[in-house]
Parts: sequence; C-alpha cells; structure tokens
Amino acid sequence: MEILVCVKRVPDTAENEIEVNSDGTDIERDDLVYSVNEWDNYAVEEAIQIKDNVGGSVTVVSVGDEESEEVVRREMAMGADNGILLSDDAFEGSDGKGVASLLKAAVEKGKYDLILTGAQADDGAAQVGGMLAAMLDLPYASLVNKIEMIDDQKIKVGREIEGGNQEMNEIDLPCVLSIQTGINEPRYVGIRGIRKVASVEIPVHGAGDLGVAADSVGDAGAKVKRLDYFMPELGEGAEMLEGSTEEIVEKLIELLKAKGGLK
Amino acid sequence: MAGQIFAYIRFKDGVPDDSALELVAAAKKIAADASVSALVVGSGVDAVCNEVVSSYQEVWKIDSDALAYPNAEMIRKALINILPKDCILLVPHDTFGMDLAPGLSIKMDSAFVADAVDFEGLEGDTLKVIRQEYGGAVTTHVNCDISAGAVINVRPGSFPADESKAAGGAVVDKSGEAGDMAAGRRYLETVAAEVGDVDITKEDVLVSIGRGIEDEDNIEIADDLAEAMGAVVSCSRPIVDAKWLEKSRQVGTSGQTVKPKVYLACGISGSFQHLGGLKGNPFVVAINKNPKAPIFQIADVGIEADILDFLPELTDAISEQ
Ligand SMILES: Cc1cc2nc3c(=O)[nH]c(=O)nc-3n(C[C@H](O)[C@H](O)[C@H](O)COP(=O)(O)OP(=O)(O)OC[C@H]3O[C@@H](n4cnc5c(N)ncnc54)[C@H](O)[C@@H]3O)c2cc1C
Ligand SMILES: Nc1ncnc2c1ncn2[C@@H]1O[C@H](COP(=O)(O)O)[C@@H](O)[C@H]1O
Repeated sequence: MEILVCVKRVPDTAENEIEVNSDGTDIERDDLVYSVNEWDNYAVEEAIQIKDNVGGSVTVVSVGDEESEEVVRREMAMGADNGILLSDDAFEGSDGKGVASLLKAAVEKGKYDLILTGAQADDGAAQVGGMLAAMLDLPYASLVNKIEMIDDQKIKVGREIEGGNQEMNEIDLPCVLSIQTGINEPRYVGIRGIRKVASVEIPVHGAGDLGVAADSVGDAGAKVKRLDYFMPELGEGAEMLEGSTEEIVEKLIELLKAKGGLK
Repeated sequence: MAGQIFAYIRFKDGVPDDSALELVAAAKKIAADASVSALVVGSGVDAVCNEVVSSYQEVWKIDSDALAYPNAEMIRKALINILPKDCILLVPHDTFGMDLAPGLSIKMDSAFVADAVDFEGLEGDTLKVIRQEYGGAVTTHVNCDISAGAVINVRPGSFPADESKAAGGAVVDKSGEAGDMAAGRRYLETVAAEVGDVDITKEDVLVSIGRGIEDEDNIEIADDLAEAMGAVVSCSRPIVDAKWLEKSRQVGTSGQTVKPKVYLACGISGSFQHLGGLKGNPFVVAINKNPKAPIFQIADVGIEADILDFLPELTDAISEQ
C-alpha cells in the first residue's frame, strides 16, 4: 500500500496561550511553540501501522514555509519513508482550496493507493481532505476512526458520528480519508529517532515544479480571505474569583453549596 | 445579490434537527430579504418536508430508497445535479456537513467557508463572515467571494432558531433530477457507542477534566475531589483519546450530552465541540491557568489557577467541613 499523508505545521495550542497581536493582523507569534497538527500525527501513525501490516511505503507532504521541514522530518523520525515540502512565496495566503490544489499536484506526481489528512487543523476548517478528494475524483470519508484492510481494491472504514457512534463504510481504493484523533496511540519520537533522519534530503517543490499557475493559488487565487483577528465583545463572561487560594476555596465552597454542587 | 440561498436540513427519525430553524436565521443575517429554500434529502422524507415547509419559501426534496442512510458521497452527486451553480448553500458544521460540504464546493466550483459563527452582511459579491480559530481562542473576519456561489458550513447553535414560520412555501419534488448516485463509498452499518461503568448523563454534579490534567497519574486528583463532593468525573476528548478514561465519560458532540446542575471544568479550554455536549444551563465553574481561555466566556465563575495545585486544596477544604 503506497500511502501519502498530508501534515501541517501549527502553533501547539497545548503549549501556547494563543492571543491576537496588538494591531489585529495576526496572532502573537513571538515565542510560539510549533508542532505537527495533532490530527495529522494520528494519520501518520495509522499509515505506519498499515505499512507494517501489509507492506508499502509512507510519504508525508506539507505545504508551508521552510520551517515546515521540521515537521516533515519529525514524521519521518516516526517512521515515514519519504518527505516532501511544497514551498513557494506564491503559496502564501492560500485558502483551503489553494492548499488542496497544491496537494493534488503532489499526489499526481506519485502513485498512491491511500491518501490521509487530519480531520482538521489549527483554523478548525476540516476542509482540505474533502476538497482534495473531490479534485482527484476519489471517494472520501471524513472523521475516520477505524481502518480495516479488505483487499487491494477496497477497505472498511469507521467514521465517528454524533454521540460517539460509528458509521461503517466500505470504500474503494484509491481514496482519501480524514483521520480523527483517538484512532490509535501515536508513538513517541525520541531524540535518537530525530537524529537518524537529521541529514535526510527533503525535496522542496515550488509552483513551477508542481505545474500549478502561481496566480491560481496563494492570495491571488483565494476566494476566501482572512481580514483580521479580533477579540469579540461577548457577554459578561465569568465572575473571576480573586484573592488567596484559601479565600477562593472558601468562596467557591459557598457557591457550590448554594447551587447544589455539594452533598 | 447572487443567487438563491438554500439550507440543508438534517433530520433523524423524521424529525428535523435544531439546525433546521437556525439556518433560517443565518440566511436572514446574510440578506434580510433573501428567498430561502430548504433541501430535504433522504428516503421517505415527507414528514420532514411538512415540518419545515412553513419556515422556507420552497422545500426541495430528493426522495430515494438508495438514500435511506445519508451517504455524503451519494448526496453530493445528487446536489450537483439539482442546485443552481451560483446559489449559497448553508450546511450545519456537524459530522455530516464536514463530510459533504468541502468536496461539494469543489464540484460546484464555488467558494467554501467552514464553521461560520456569524455573518456581517453582503456587499456586492463579498460576504463578510465571522469564524474562530485555535479552538475558539481567537475570532476572525473572513471575506468570501460569492460571485460563483458558495457553500458555507454554519456552526450548530450559533444562530437562534427562527420560529416565525412565516415563509409558508411549497414542496418541490426534485427526485427525478438527482441522476446517477453510484458512489465509491457504501454504507454498511452503524455501531452504537459502548456503554460504560457510569452514566454521566444522569449526574447532577460533574468534575470534568481536560488536557490540563497533564498526566494519567493526576486523574487521582479529580477522583478525590469528586469523591469529596459526591460527584462523578467526566472529561474532554483528549483524555479519552489518550485512553486515560473510558469514552462513556466524554462530554461533547462526539461524546455524551450531559445536563448537570453544576459543572466544574478543570483544565478544559472550551471548544464548541466540548460545550456542544453541555446542556440545561448548568452552573459552570471553570478552573484554568490561562486567563484568556475561551471557557471563561461561558462560565459563571472562573478561577485562574493550576488545577494540579488548586483541586487538592479544594478537596481538603471540602473534606474538613
Ligand atoms: C468532529 C470533532 C468532534 C469533537 N468532539 C469532541 C467532544 O465530544 N468532546 C470534546 O471535549 N472535544 C471534542 N473535540 C475536540 C475539540 O475540538 C478540542 O480539541 C477538545 O475539546 C480540547 O480539549 P481540552 O479543552 O481538554 O484541551 P485543550 O484545548 O488543549 O485545553 C487545555 C486547557 O487546559 C489549560 N491548562 C493546561 N494545564 C493546566 C493546568 N495545570 N491547570 C489549569 N489549566 C491548565 C490550558 O490553558 C487549556 O485552556 C472534537 C473535535 C472534532 C474535530
Ligand atoms: N498546509 C498544509 N500542508 C499539508 N497538509 C495540510 C495543510 N493544511 C491542511 N492540511 C491537511 O488538511 C487537514 C485538514 O486541515 P483544514 O482543512 O485546514 O482544517 C490537515 O489535518 C492536514 O492533513
């Protein structure tokens, strides 16, 4: 099984407090810790497990600036065989469709049986996988939380639906799947793993290499454009309890008693 | 303004989802005088059509035995055949909408906006949309070029249901135009969620932990507090993904819907998928070390603290009472 996994480098929300910068043009990028998008890490783990079971190879691809090389390398340290970086100034400002069309060009440079994305990334769009599948005219399933091999023509996939229920489908290969967290337990990547791939060449493809017109992607090709970041005026929000820990604990216990939170 | 606005109606057992009337409000926010039609797709859908027909100008139905289960691959094919190219289609941003809509926008060659929470109106062909990023930590304005139509996923619960039922339209049967729906993905069955050792949906008081608990060994801290309070421990999704607690303890759209009196959110950021499982307007106490965490926007009472320090203090104080 030849598998391609799309991975994105994103600010790690578990490690950072994400805030709007002073003029609302961006989030505050100073001192941000970046990592691979949480969902994509599950997708790479799943791909590696499939490869270990049935053979084949795993390639990871990312659209981003030079720094995205670091997440491609990390996923190679996890066990992916190849990495590709799609990077060009012309790609900046791409909307979901722009990113999907770049990934499509990368898919068409290879020959893959299975293409995986994460269910969603940092901007919570959950769009690139479905767009990529439609562009490639391949069957698609989103929010996949189980994959079973049937034969080399088709696989069985479980989709997570509301309430924790699971929708089982049979899907023809090649296909595109977006992977939901919890499908597996992504392996730990140690310093030794990282060292092993430290000097591997990761090819970088620009607009010319991919054969995409520069004005069809990036800001020029985007129909959907972010204007600014802001903090909305919401209702009052929570009443913050202040004081020493003892004072706060005391106030909280009073409130809990009043609201039926203590038996 | 561009073409017509359509709303995709989700339903279960013949009953329309809450989003069915929320999308009426969403459409009016795009253009107050817009003509808004509903799409009802499935097998034996007349009851659903009748339910929503008073709220929409027209209800377009596709009724087919092949759609007894809403397979997004098949429905996408049908919609491409019936929808006008330059329309705006609103779809709930739920597990079905995520499955259907992005690919549909590509096939219709229209723009796509995911998870819209509000609209700031239409100027010419530019629709200004409000979205959130990073699990609700920041909000953005997004411009969408709708000149060639748009598919827009709308967050469930972000618009109030429009109960006016003043549109009083007609049902139009489009089944004959759906065309060939053969798809590379075939529905097999639905596997029901596993039942766990406790039923958090029946509890009045929940001590709910999120990624802020940091380590499996720290779950004890929450157990101790719950015991002292006479409460039960629930959690956000990452705790279940890490296999630290059973799936039946997860609160949220892909977990359980709970209706407690008191909800202690400990180290939970407050994503909409988590809050989507919290109903009945409980008294929410949020404890989080980040004062800007989105959970503080919806909580009644907030405490800026490290839960690993704070929860044991609270447990001790309650035990001493
Ligand atoms: C289709 C879909 C369905 C989903 N369904 C669900 C669902 O049903 N339920 C659900 O919960 N999620 C669901 N999610 C995931 C959801 O989007 C969020 O990723 C998740 O809710 C985040 O969980 P969290 O708040 O625990 O973690 P995070 O967002 O990482 O937040 C952790 C919080 O803890 C705080 N913190 C860290 N350390 C400490 C400390 N020591 N003391 C105090 N505070 C601390 C941080 O400031 C942060 O605010 C779903 C996602 C998708 C795509
Ligand atoms: N810049 C990118 N490079 C590679 N893959 C991406 C990129 N952006 C999004 N994806 C893939 O698409 C998935 C969904 O992202 P999104 O549609 O942006 O929420 C991610 O989990 C990735 O697998």
